Amino acid sequence: MTLDLDLQATRDGTVSRRGESLALVARGVCKSFRGAKTVRAVDDVSLSVRRGEIYGLLGANGSGKSTLIRMFSTLLEADSGEVRVFGHDIVADELAVKRLINRVSVEASFFKKLSAMENLVYAGRLYGQSGPDADARGRKILERLGIGADRVDEPLDKLSRGMQQKVAIARAFLTSPMLLLLDEPTTGLDIRSKREVQTFVRDLRDGHDATILLTTHDLDEAERLADRIGVLHRGRLVAEGSGEQLRARFGGNDLESVFMTITGRRIEEAANEATEAASA
Amino acid sequence: MITLSDQPKLAYAFVAREAALMRRYWLWELVWIVYGTVTSLSVAYIGLAAPAITGSEVAPSTVSRFVLYLLVGTIAWRFLGLVFENIAEVIAWERWEGTIEYTFMAPVPRLTHLLGMAAATIVRASVVSVTTLFAVALFIPVDLSHADLASALLFLGVGTLAFIGLGIASAVFPLLWTEKGLQMAYIVQAVVLLVSGVYYPTSVLPGWAQALSVISPATYVIEGLRGALIDGADPLSLWPLVWPALLVGAISIPIGLAAFVRAERYAKQTGRLKRSG
Ligand SMILES: Nc1ncnc2c1ncn2[C@@H]1O[C@H](COP(=O)(O)OP(=O)(O)OP(=O)(O)O)[C@@H](O)[C@H]1O
Ligand SMILES: [Mg+2]
Repeated sequence: MTLDLDLQATRDGTVSRRGESLALVARGVCKSFRGAKTVRAVDDVSLSVRRGEIYGLLGANGSGKSTLIRMFSTLLEADSGEVRVFGHDIVADELAVKRLINRVSVEASFFKKLSAMENLVYAGRLYGQSGPDADARGRKILERLGIGADRVDEPLDKLSRGMQQKVAIARAFLTSPMLLLLDEPTTGLDIRSKREVQTFVRDLRDGHDATILLTTHDLDEAERLADRIGVLHRGRLVAEGSGEQLRARFGGNDLESVFMTITGRRIEEAANEATEAASA
Repeated sequence: MITLSDQPKLAYAFVAREAALMRRYWLWELVWIVYGTVTSLSVAYIGLAAPAITGSEVAPSTVSRFVLYLLVGTIAWRFLGLVFENIAEVIAWERWEGTIEYTFMAPVPRLTHLLGMAAATIVRASVVSVTTLFAVALFIPVDLSHADLASALLFLGVGTLAFIGLGIASAVFPLLWTEKGLQMAYIVQAVVLLVSGVYYPTSVLPGWAQALSVISPATYVIEGLRGALIDGADPLSLWPLVWPALLVGAISIPIGLAAFVRAERYAKQTGRLKRSG
């Protein structure tokens, strides 16, 4: 199995066997979508993320990254398996989990005609902050992320995609989540914005006791940010470890060749299985 | 754990958001007010034209009563319709904006969320319908000298409760059917309009529609409002119309909420919360 043994959670899902506290524990999580054709989007995934860790999820398009993140953020219910956030069961203790998490998705997802500040104040209020508090904090965070004070009161649909993505990150950070779920936070950003966001994510973890789970297609970003990396392939977690461990195990010079080896080999296996099934 | 004292503050988030949206979409609000005024006026002119349409003498006092009868119907329906639509659209609107996952991921109990939206809606519907009433009065003499204001407010309040319940129950459709759900909610609204005697007494309806009119809260609310605004009936004498509407509200809000919570869970199990199709 690919799971680090020392990270297997103890029964209540709050500490690992080594006694570290665990921010996120998933056990045997499955999710299928029924339609004309049933899609098994997430297939028996188990993983744990330590408090304070940055965990990167890699995977091709459609490998189940966003589905997994949606389940961790209470937006989708798993068909089977169990998810705990700081020990709280995500279904039984939904409200407590919601207070501890926030998520940034690929799409910016705002009230388009409201300004960055109006959107942030709304978000802050949903998490119990007062309007003036959320306003003051929001302005500070936006400034920190490089959004000029002259732009924060403009309707959001007037801002560039990169700026919107930064506002989305500010919205998540505003609520001081203990567990931050970032679904491709830097997709579509230019190099400079990408670096700014990456630095911000690191600072968040270092300075604010945040645990971060992020998905990305950018292997360099995974290597740069993540303490540990998991590779999802067709809904299954097929490899897990630090960048270094993955390179050593799969014998590549860089993460890209590791990724190709892992997902490529799986594709060949699947092709073989298909031919075997056809000839049987 | 839910702390009761936090809930008004959380609910206010939705009121403030809707107010901000109204400011930004003010042109649309203006369009709705103009639309409402024009619709109400066209209905009122039917009353003014009663002698011309029927080809017989109609006493001026009868015409004036007829006009008021129609106006009460159209403006009250505007108000209740806005309450219903705003709440029935809670899912569809946020899907369209793209914010639905953020609102549903927030640590806000669903009842608080929906009541917050209801409060915002009451503000909006009041502003729109009062403006419409004044705009109509510019064109047509509206004689409210006999009106009992306390009764009228009582019926608006009771009607609002009932329509919040109906709206919550109808907001369930878009959770179950991502594409056609909203149309289903509008069909509910259209049927309520047909059977509730908004523009005519329910006695003219066929039997099946009269049966439906008995369970529609709008039937009692509109009749009560007419009693209050045209005949100046006091709240006590209108009690037989108050309690049925109150009952529908008292039943439909908890049932609607329970259905909504179940449908939300179903949407999260099937991936329908955000996706369309
Ligand atoms: N709500 C849904 N309804 C139906 N199918 C879905 C839904 N969400 C995801 N899927 C399907 O589940 C599979 C996994 O999708 P998911 O979005 O999790 O992939 P991903 O790894 O995030 O891909 P990408 O890199 O393109 O973002 C895909 O086949 C997708 O079509
Ligand atoms: Mg994705």
